[in-house]
Amino acid sequence: MHLDPWNLLAILGMAAGSFGCRAGGYWLFNRFNPSPAVRTVLSYVPGTLFVSYVVPAVAHGGPKEWIGAAVALLTVKLTGSLIWPIFTGTAAAWLVWLLP
Amino acid sequence: MTASHHPLAGKVVFTRVGFLRGLRACPPLVVGGLPFGLVTGLTAQAHGLSLLEASLMSLLVFAGSAQLIVLGTWVAPVSVLSASLTSLTVNLRFLLMGPLLAPWMDQVRGWRRWLSFFCMIDHNWALSLKEIETGQPDAAYLVGSGVPIWISFLLFTVTGHVMGSLVATAPGHPLFFAALATFVALLLPMWRGRSDLMPWLVAGGVALGVSQLLPGTSWHIVAGAVAGGGAGLLRERWTRV
Repeated sequence: MHLDPWNLLAILGMAAGSFGCRAGGYWLFNRFNPSPAVRTVLSYVPGTLFVSYVVPAVAHGGPKEWIGAAVALLTVKLTGSLIWPIFTGTAAAWLVWLLP
Repeated sequence: MTASHHPLAGKVVFTRVGFLRGLRACPPLVVGGLPFGLVTGLTAQAHGLSLLEASLMSLLVFAGSAQLIVLGTWVAPVSVLSASLTSLTVNLRFLLMGPLLAPWMDQVRGWRRWLSFFCMIDHNWALSLKEIETGQPDAAYLVGSGVPIWISFLLFTVTGHVMGSLVATAPGHPLFFAALATFVALLLPMWRGRSDLMPWLVAGGVALGVSQLLPGTSWHIVAGAVAGGGAGLLRERWTRV
Protein backbone atom coordinates (compact mmCIF):
# COMPACT_ATOMS: atom_id res chain seq x y z
CA MET A 1 0.00 0.00 0.00
CA HIS A 2 2.85 2.43 -0.73
CA LEU A 3 2.30 5.90 -2.20
CA ASP A 4 5.20 7.14 -4.31
CA PRO A 5 5.39 10.98 -4.29
CA TRP A 6 5.99 11.15 -8.09
CA ASN A 7 3.07 8.81 -8.71
CA LEU A 8 0.91 11.00 -6.48
CA LEU A 9 1.96 14.13 -8.42
CA ALA A 10 1.17 12.39 -11.74
CA ILE A 11 -2.25 11.33 -10.42
CA LEU A 12 -2.99 14.91 -9.27
CA GLY A 13 -1.86 16.26 -12.66
CA MET A 14 -4.10 13.78 -14.46
CA ALA A 15 -7.00 14.75 -12.20
CA ALA A 16 -6.43 18.43 -13.08
CA GLY A 17 -6.45 17.43 -16.77
CA SER A 18 -9.73 15.54 -16.63
CA PHE A 19 -11.59 18.01 -14.39
CA GLY A 20 -10.17 20.95 -16.38
CA CYS A 21 -11.79 19.54 -19.52
CA ARG A 22 -15.07 18.59 -17.82
CA ALA A 23 -15.67 22.02 -16.28
CA GLY A 24 -13.43 24.16 -18.52
CA GLY A 25 -15.60 24.06 -21.66
CA TYR A 26 -18.61 25.39 -19.78
CA TRP A 27 -16.46 27.97 -17.99
CA LEU A 28 -14.99 29.27 -21.30
CA PHE A 29 -18.38 29.48 -23.01
CA ASN A 30 -19.72 31.52 -20.12
CA ARG A 31 -17.04 34.13 -20.71
CA PHE A 32 -17.18 34.20 -24.50
CA ASN A 33 -20.75 34.19 -25.75
CA PRO A 34 -20.89 31.86 -28.78
CA SER A 35 -22.34 33.01 -32.10
CA PRO A 36 -25.36 31.29 -33.75
CA ALA A 37 -22.91 29.47 -36.06
CA VAL A 38 -21.09 27.99 -33.05
CA ARG A 39 -24.42 26.96 -31.57
CA THR A 40 -25.37 25.19 -34.81
CA VAL A 41 -22.04 23.36 -34.87
CA LEU A 42 -22.55 22.32 -31.23
CA SER A 43 -26.05 20.99 -31.97
CA TYR A 44 -24.40 18.38 -34.22
CA VAL A 45 -21.60 17.59 -31.77
CA PRO A 46 -23.29 14.90 -29.64
CA GLY A 47 -23.75 12.60 -32.63
CA THR A 48 -20.53 13.45 -34.47
CA LEU A 49 -18.51 13.00 -31.25
CA PHE A 50 -19.72 9.44 -30.71
CA VAL A 51 -19.22 8.65 -34.40
CA SER A 52 -15.64 9.95 -34.11
CA TYR A 53 -15.05 7.71 -31.12
CA VAL A 54 -16.57 4.57 -32.60
CA VAL A 55 -15.51 4.64 -36.28
CA PRO A 56 -11.69 4.58 -35.78
CA ALA A 57 -11.97 2.09 -32.88
CA VAL A 58 -14.00 -0.31 -35.02
CA ALA A 59 -12.01 0.32 -38.21
CA HIS A 60 -8.65 -0.29 -36.52
CA GLY A 61 -10.01 -3.48 -34.98
CA GLY A 62 -10.55 -6.83 -36.68
CA PRO A 63 -13.45 -9.26 -37.29
CA LYS A 64 -13.94 -9.40 -33.50
CA GLU A 65 -14.75 -5.65 -33.33
CA TRP A 66 -16.70 -5.58 -36.62
CA ILE A 67 -19.04 -8.43 -35.73
CA GLY A 68 -19.31 -7.30 -32.10
CA ALA A 69 -20.32 -3.78 -33.21
CA ALA A 70 -22.85 -5.11 -35.75
CA VAL A 71 -24.44 -7.38 -33.13
CA ALA A 72 -24.52 -4.51 -30.59
CA LEU A 73 -26.26 -2.19 -33.13
CA LEU A 74 -28.76 -4.90 -34.10
CA THR A 75 -29.53 -5.50 -30.41
CA VAL A 76 -30.32 -1.80 -29.78
CA LYS A 77 -32.52 -1.79 -32.87
CA LEU A 78 -34.47 -4.87 -31.70
CA THR A 79 -34.67 -4.26 -27.93
CA GLY A 80 -34.30 -0.47 -27.58
CA SER A 81 -32.19 -1.26 -24.51
CA LEU A 82 -28.74 0.17 -23.83
CA ILE A 83 -27.72 -2.68 -21.50
CA TRP A 84 -28.29 -5.79 -23.68
CA PRO A 85 -25.98 -4.65 -26.51
CA ILE A 86 -23.06 -4.61 -24.04
CA PHE A 87 -23.61 -8.31 -23.36
CA THR A 88 -24.58 -9.50 -26.85
CA GLY A 89 -21.85 -7.41 -28.51
CA THR A 90 -19.15 -8.64 -26.13
CA ALA A 91 -20.41 -12.24 -26.37
CA ALA A 92 -20.28 -12.04 -30.19
CA ALA A 93 -16.75 -10.54 -30.07
CA TRP A 94 -15.75 -13.28 -27.65
CA LEU A 95 -17.11 -16.01 -29.95
CA VAL A 96 -15.18 -14.61 -32.93
CA TRP A 97 -12.08 -14.45 -30.72
CA LEU A 98 -12.48 -18.12 -29.73
CA LEU A 99 -12.74 -19.25 -33.37
CA PRO A 100 -9.50 -20.71 -34.73
CA MET B 1 -23.87 30.17 -23.22
CA THR B 2 -26.72 32.13 -21.66
CA ALA B 3 -29.98 30.31 -21.14
CA SER B 4 -32.16 33.43 -21.00
CA HIS B 5 -34.16 32.40 -24.08
CA HIS B 6 -34.17 28.69 -23.30
CA PRO B 7 -37.54 27.09 -22.41
CA LEU B 8 -35.97 25.94 -19.11
CA ALA B 9 -34.92 29.50 -18.08
CA GLY B 10 -35.94 30.17 -14.48
CA LYS B 11 -37.37 26.67 -14.04
CA VAL B 12 -34.32 24.57 -13.19
CA VAL B 13 -34.24 22.86 -9.78
CA PHE B 14 -31.79 20.52 -8.02
CA THR B 15 -33.71 18.06 -5.84
CA ARG B 16 -33.72 14.56 -4.40
CA VAL B 17 -36.39 13.61 -6.94
CA GLY B 18 -34.04 14.46 -9.82
CA PHE B 19 -31.18 12.65 -8.10
CA LEU B 20 -33.33 9.50 -7.77
CA ARG B 21 -34.45 9.84 -11.40
CA GLY B 22 -30.79 9.79 -12.44
CA LEU B 23 -30.10 6.91 -10.06
CA ARG B 24 -32.78 4.82 -11.76
CA ALA B 25 -31.25 5.48 -15.18
CA CYS B 26 -27.72 4.50 -14.22
CA PRO B 27 -27.64 0.64 -13.91
CA PRO B 28 -26.76 0.11 -17.62
CA LEU B 29 -24.03 2.76 -17.24
CA VAL B 30 -22.63 1.04 -14.15
CA VAL B 31 -22.51 -2.22 -16.11
CA GLY B 32 -20.92 -0.35 -19.02
CA GLY B 33 -18.21 0.90 -16.67
CA LEU B 34 -17.42 -2.59 -15.39
CA PRO B 35 -14.97 -3.53 -18.17
CA PHE B 36 -13.33 -0.07 -18.01
CA GLY B 37 -12.82 -0.33 -14.25
CA LEU B 38 -11.61 -3.92 -14.26
CA VAL B 39 -9.17 -3.32 -17.11
CA THR B 40 -7.93 -0.09 -15.47
CA GLY B 41 -7.21 -1.99 -12.24
CA LEU B 42 -5.56 -4.85 -14.12
CA THR B 43 -3.34 -2.47 -16.11
CA ALA B 44 -2.39 -0.44 -13.04
CA GLN B 45 -1.36 -3.60 -11.21
CA ALA B 46 0.62 -4.82 -14.21
CA HIS B 47 2.57 -1.52 -14.29
CA GLY B 48 3.51 -1.62 -10.63
CA LEU B 49 1.03 0.80 -9.07
CA SER B 50 0.01 -0.06 -5.52
CA LEU B 51 -3.65 -0.69 -4.70
CA LEU B 52 -3.71 2.71 -2.94
CA GLU B 53 -2.29 4.50 -6.02
CA ALA B 54 -4.66 2.75 -8.43
CA SER B 55 -7.63 3.59 -6.18
CA LEU B 56 -6.59 7.24 -5.77
CA MET B 57 -6.28 7.55 -9.55
CA SER B 58 -9.79 6.23 -10.24
CA LEU B 59 -11.18 8.33 -7.38
CA LEU B 60 -9.62 11.63 -8.53
CA VAL B 61 -9.13 11.26 -12.30
CA PHE B 62 -12.29 9.24 -13.02
CA ALA B 63 -11.64 8.87 -16.75
CA GLY B 64 -11.27 5.26 -17.86
CA SER B 65 -9.91 5.80 -21.37
CA ALA B 66 -7.40 8.46 -20.23
CA GLN B 67 -6.20 6.29 -17.35
CA LEU B 68 -5.82 3.27 -19.65
CA ILE B 69 -3.72 5.21 -22.15
CA VAL B 70 -1.47 6.73 -19.45
CA LEU B 71 -1.12 3.42 -17.58
CA GLY B 72 -0.22 1.62 -20.80
CA THR B 73 3.01 3.65 -20.96
CA TRP B 74 3.59 3.96 -17.18
CA VAL B 75 7.24 3.44 -16.17
CA ALA B 76 8.90 4.38 -12.87
CA PRO B 77 9.80 7.19 -12.38
CA VAL B 78 6.70 8.47 -14.16
CA SER B 79 6.73 11.73 -16.16
CA VAL B 80 4.26 14.00 -14.36
CA LEU B 81 3.97 16.38 -17.34
CA SER B 82 3.39 13.65 -19.91
CA ALA B 83 0.80 11.90 -17.74
CA SER B 84 -1.04 15.20 -17.10
CA LEU B 85 -0.99 16.27 -20.77
CA THR B 86 -2.18 12.85 -21.93
CA SER B 87 -5.08 13.00 -19.49
CA LEU B 88 -5.90 16.50 -20.79
CA THR B 89 -5.75 15.38 -24.43
CA VAL B 90 -7.79 12.21 -24.05
CA ASN B 91 -10.47 14.20 -22.22
CA LEU B 92 -10.63 17.11 -24.70
CA ARG B 93 -14.04 15.93 -25.87
CA PHE B 94 -15.43 17.02 -22.48
CA LEU B 95 -14.59 20.64 -23.41
CA LEU B 96 -17.19 20.39 -26.18
CA MET B 97 -19.69 18.48 -24.08
CA GLY B 98 -19.91 20.70 -20.99
CA PRO B 99 -21.35 23.81 -22.71
CA LEU B 100 -24.33 21.82 -24.02
CA LEU B 101 -25.49 21.35 -20.42
CA ALA B 102 -25.79 25.14 -20.00
CA PRO B 103 -29.64 25.15 -19.90
CA TRP B 104 -29.27 23.29 -16.58
CA MET B 105 -25.89 24.43 -15.25
CA ASP B 106 -26.49 28.19 -15.72
CA GLN B 107 -29.05 27.87 -12.95
CA VAL B 108 -27.10 25.54 -10.65
CA ARG B 109 -24.65 27.19 -8.24
CA GLY B 110 -21.56 26.35 -6.21
CA TRP B 111 -20.59 22.79 -5.31
CA ARG B 112 -23.66 21.34 -7.04
CA ARG B 113 -22.47 22.69 -10.38
CA TRP B 114 -18.86 21.53 -9.99
CA LEU B 115 -19.83 18.11 -8.63
CA SER B 116 -22.14 17.79 -11.65
CA PHE B 117 -19.25 18.43 -14.02
CA PHE B 118 -16.92 16.18 -12.02
CA CYS B 119 -19.16 13.15 -12.47
CA MET B 120 -20.05 13.89 -16.11
CA ILE B 121 -19.11 11.03 -18.42
CA ASP B 122 -20.13 10.41 -22.04
CA HIS B 123 -23.17 8.33 -21.19
CA ASN B 124 -24.88 10.32 -18.46
CA TRP B 125 -24.12 13.46 -20.46
CA ALA B 126 -26.01 11.99 -23.46
CA LEU B 127 -28.92 11.01 -21.19
CA SER B 128 -28.92 14.48 -19.58
CA LEU B 129 -29.11 16.13 -23.01
CA LYS B 130 -32.23 14.05 -23.72
CA GLU B 131 -33.66 15.22 -20.38
CA ILE B 132 -32.96 18.86 -21.30
CA GLU B 133 -34.47 18.40 -24.78
CA THR B 134 -37.66 16.97 -23.28
CA GLY B 135 -37.90 19.89 -20.83
CA GLN B 136 -37.03 18.06 -17.59
CA PRO B 137 -36.09 20.83 -15.10
CA ASP B 138 -34.25 18.79 -12.41
CA ALA B 139 -30.49 19.14 -12.88
CA ALA B 140 -29.68 16.72 -10.02
CA TYR B 141 -30.26 13.98 -12.62
CA LEU B 142 -26.61 14.29 -13.75
CA VAL B 143 -25.22 13.77 -10.23
CA GLY B 144 -27.75 10.99 -9.54
CA SER B 145 -26.64 9.07 -12.60
CA GLY B 146 -22.97 10.03 -12.19
CA VAL B 147 -22.09 9.35 -8.54
CA PRO B 148 -22.96 5.60 -8.70
CA ILE B 149 -20.79 5.29 -11.82
CA TRP B 150 -17.94 7.06 -10.01
CA ILE B 151 -18.16 4.84 -6.91
CA SER B 152 -18.60 1.62 -8.88
CA PHE B 153 -15.69 2.57 -11.18
CA LEU B 154 -13.53 2.86 -8.05
CA LEU B 155 -14.75 -0.52 -6.76
CA PHE B 156 -14.19 -2.17 -10.16
CA THR B 157 -10.66 -0.73 -10.26
CA VAL B 158 -9.92 -2.27 -6.85
CA THR B 159 -11.38 -5.59 -8.06
CA GLY B 160 -9.27 -5.45 -11.23
CA HIS B 161 -6.11 -4.69 -9.25
CA VAL B 162 -6.75 -7.67 -6.95
CA MET B 163 -7.56 -9.88 -9.97
CA GLY B 164 -4.36 -8.72 -11.64
CA SER B 165 -2.22 -10.72 -9.26
CA LEU B 166 -4.34 -13.83 -9.94
CA VAL B 167 -5.03 -13.81 -13.72
CA ALA B 168 -3.23 -12.32 -16.71
CA THR B 169 -5.42 -10.66 -19.40
CA ALA B 170 -4.06 -10.71 -22.97
CA PRO B 171 -4.00 -7.30 -24.73
CA GLY B 172 -6.54 -8.31 -27.42
CA HIS B 173 -8.95 -9.94 -24.98
CA PRO B 174 -12.65 -9.47 -25.92
CA LEU B 175 -13.34 -8.15 -22.41
CA PHE B 176 -11.93 -4.85 -23.71
CA PHE B 177 -14.67 -4.77 -26.38
CA ALA B 178 -17.40 -4.29 -23.75
CA ALA B 179 -16.28 -0.67 -23.37
CA LEU B 180 -16.64 0.00 -27.10
CA ALA B 181 -20.00 -1.81 -27.24
CA THR B 182 -21.49 0.78 -24.85
CA PHE B 183 -20.51 3.58 -27.24
CA VAL B 184 -21.76 1.72 -30.34
CA ALA B 185 -25.11 1.18 -28.64
CA LEU B 186 -25.47 4.92 -27.95
CA LEU B 187 -25.19 5.78 -31.67
CA LEU B 188 -28.72 4.68 -32.51
CA PRO B 189 -30.57 6.95 -30.02
CA MET B 190 -28.28 9.80 -31.19
CA TRP B 191 -29.47 9.55 -34.80
CA ARG B 192 -31.93 12.40 -35.46
CA GLY B 193 -32.70 11.60 -39.09
CA ARG B 194 -31.35 12.12 -42.59
CA SER B 195 -29.96 15.58 -41.76
CA ASP B 196 -27.31 13.79 -39.66
CA LEU B 197 -26.06 11.56 -42.50
CA MET B 198 -23.59 13.94 -44.16
CA PRO B 199 -22.18 15.38 -40.87
CA TRP B 200 -21.74 11.83 -39.50
CA LEU B 201 -19.91 10.67 -42.65
CA VAL B 202 -17.59 13.70 -42.43
CA ALA B 203 -17.01 13.06 -38.69
CA GLY B 204 -16.19 9.39 -39.25
CA GLY B 205 -13.85 10.13 -42.17
CA VAL B 206 -11.96 12.93 -40.40
CA ALA B 207 -11.70 10.92 -37.17
CA LEU B 208 -10.33 7.94 -39.09
CA GLY B 209 -7.71 10.10 -40.83
CA VAL B 210 -6.58 11.92 -37.68
CA SER B 211 -6.45 8.68 -35.67
CA GLN B 212 -3.89 7.42 -38.19
CA LEU B 213 -1.84 10.64 -37.99
CA LEU B 214 -1.90 10.94 -34.17
CA PRO B 215 -2.31 7.45 -32.70
CA GLY B 216 -2.67 7.07 -28.93
CA THR B 217 -4.36 10.45 -28.40
CA SER B 218 -7.97 11.60 -28.52
CA TRP B 219 -7.39 14.38 -31.07
CA HIS B 220 -9.30 12.33 -33.66
CA ILE B 221 -12.43 12.53 -31.48
CA VAL B 222 -12.15 16.31 -31.17
CA ALA B 223 -11.29 16.76 -34.88
CA GLY B 224 -14.08 14.47 -36.09
CA ALA B 225 -16.69 16.01 -33.78
CA VAL B 226 -15.83 19.58 -34.86
CA ALA B 227 -15.52 18.70 -38.58
CA GLY B 228 -18.87 16.92 -38.47
CA GLY B 229 -20.46 19.89 -36.67
CA GLY B 230 -18.96 22.24 -39.28
CA ALA B 231 -20.38 20.07 -42.05
CA GLY B 232 -23.78 20.34 -40.35
CA LEU B 233 -23.48 24.14 -40.31
CA LEU B 234 -22.56 24.23 -44.03
CA ARG B 235 -25.46 21.90 -44.80
CA GLU B 236 -27.92 24.19 -43.02
CA ARG B 237 -26.54 27.31 -44.77
CA TRP B 238 -26.85 25.46 -48.08
CA THR B 239 -30.44 24.33 -47.70
CA ARG B 240 -31.66 27.70 -46.37
CA VAL B 241 -30.98 29.55 -49.68
